[in-house]
Amino acid sequence: MTKLPNKQQETLGGTIVHNLPFPRDTTPEALAWLKEMAPIQIEQPYSITYLHSYAQDSPWFAGLSNKKILANQDPESGYVYATPRGHDMHSGAETNWIDITENEAVIHAFTVCHFGSEAFLDQTPYVLVQVEFEGVDTLLLSRLFGVDPMEASLDWIGMKIKPKFIRNSKLKPTDVYFIPA
Amino acid sequence: MRPVYAISGGVSKFAKSRPDKNFQAVVKEAYDYAINDLQISFPDFTEIVDGSVASYFSDHFTRQLMAAIMAHDYLGLCPKPSHRVEGGGATGGLCFQEAWKSIASGHMDVVVAYGFETMSHVETWKGNEFIALASDVSFDYPVGGFYSGYYAMMVTRHMKEFGTTVEEMAHVSVKNHINAFHNPYAQKRNRYSIQDVRDAPMVAWPLTRLDICVMSDGAAATILASEEGIQKLEKAGAKIPRPLVKITGIGRGTDAMRMADRPHVDYDTFIKDYATEQEKASSDTMKYYKKLWDHGTRYPGVHSFRAGRTAGNMAYKHAGIHNPIEELDFIELHDAYTSSEIQTYEDLGLCRYGEGGPFAASGKAFLPGIDYGLKLPDKPTCSVNPSGGLIACGHPVGATGLMQAVFAIWQLQESIKKHFNDNTLQVKDAQKGAIHSHAGTGTYVSVSILEKE
Repeated sequence: MTKLPNKQQETLGGTIVHNLPFPRDTTPEALAWLKEMAPIQIEQPYSITYLHSYAQDSPWFAGLSNKKILANQDPESGYVYATPRGHDMHSGAETNWIDITENEAVIHAFTVCHFGSEAFLDQTPYVLVQVEFEGVDTLLLSRLFGVDPMEASLDWIGMKIKPKFIRNSKLKPTDVYFIPA
Repeated sequence: MRPVYAISGGVSKFAKSRPDKNFQAVVKEAYDYAINDLQISFPDFTEIVDGSVASYFSDHFTRQLMAAIMAHDYLGLCPKPSHRVEGGGATGGLCFQEAWKSIASGHMDVVVAYGFETMSHVETWKGNEFIALASDVSFDYPVGGFYSGYYAMMVTRHMKEFGTTVEEMAHVSVKNHINAFHNPYAQKRNRYSIQDVRDAPMVAWPLTRLDICVMSDGAAATILASEEGIQKLEKAGAKIPRPLVKITGIGRGTDAMRMADRPHVDYDTFIKDYATEQEKASSDTMKYYKKLWDHGTRYPGVHSFRAGRTAGNMAYKHAGIHNPIEELDFIELHDAYTSSEIQTYEDLGLCRYGEGGPFAASGKAFLPGIDYGLKLPDKPTCSVNPSGGLIACGHPVGATGLMQAVFAIWQLQESIKKHFNDNTLQVKDAQKGAIHSHAGTGTYVSVSILEKE
């Protein structure tokens, strides 16, 4: 049997309060006592929907939804970026698109996230990998499936992997993920 | 450039949550402490100070834009000049250097650099989400944005490349937590063993909860002055300890926001552009690096912080430091993770690239006279994070780099006992120290050198 933690998880939410204790008369003594008062804490919900543009990187996302991994290449040096970059960091020149879907890929670095940011907590444990493609100069952050997250091992580094694409594209970088080749 | 002196500092108690005061009032705690330590009245100091530089990382945590002017106002500094600095986790270090610039340039004589963060206003995992927004929101954040995950990826590469072990990383956690046991400003004052660190809940393999710093509410403030500024303050009755603490070196570096974009340079480029003066002068080290490169190492990749190396080299050159481990008596270093402390040993030239793990377990970065419960083969040489660092003190982001500056000032003024009510963490006869502030996955890094005049 799994032992319960020693500390209960803190959450927001609770009873709605419409009034607070306060001295009936604002005598000097009562006003002085106010400095001993515990702070009032309220909840302030905040949410917003951004209209985010992928701008010059948009073809990369369109590529994923069509089961292609694109990369950017400097026209002169041939330096290739696995993660899109509209202009080369060395020459400053505008880069071109190339297709690296079939390039051999290996794990360059990885982790298993047992916790995560709030948005990803329900997906834990999940595996993050930096993917190294043959003939490509930089890496790509992605997710790895098809491994046991409880058996993480440095031996995973260098493992050959291959891309898979989700059928119903979400136009997110997670439209592609990797599994052992 | 004129000489610049760090004459005083103050730190609020770092805590998980400070609902008792708003951020302005927490800043004032640190600010008042720094003024009181000069034994000058608030109105007299206000009359003399020329302006402020503010440091806080995230508008999301306060849900308040232009929070800096609210703090500046609360400190009674209007209508004097002020501006905010932001550079992720390095915000405090950058703020310190901006204040230095204001004085070194001759623009101002007395400047306060203050920083704060109020991270308790959201739940921990929402806070992690805010922090993860300091990664590319098109390509990194949506994949599983989580900073502990990013750092864990970097260290798995470091482990694979150089053989670094989790036990070596745990040495950093044990050291910093036990140091903080003697620091009343620290958020976590616990004694842990290597086993405790490894048995703690796994957060992002191989980093456990005790390999990672905690979120905090807190503030810190430092007062910087020119020679003329010191004269003005002393004329008004301030008591400024002698010997003075002078800022003798300033360095900064940067790297790509996405760690995936970082280059993997060859041996010749590494030696030409990044090797330290000391590394270049050692044929043994050159051979060692050649061997690493022959076995496939490339720089910086995701295992090293090029920004940290750049900042360190720049600051050392400015301060005339040739052999950092021998010349620096202590370093307050940005240990958001035990792994990043190890990586930074290498970036700052305390050891060679690839030797950070053994260095962590060697004892060289520990303080003498403290029982860490560890068998350490070497004697302490350059104490790293004698305060307990971020791992134990906490990491209220905008305050952290300035907290390091305050602790460095107190070390060099040899006043740790006065401020901590405990002399255990005082580095004996400290002459020279460094503070190191680090952002993102190594995007902005600042290094400042402080020394006893």
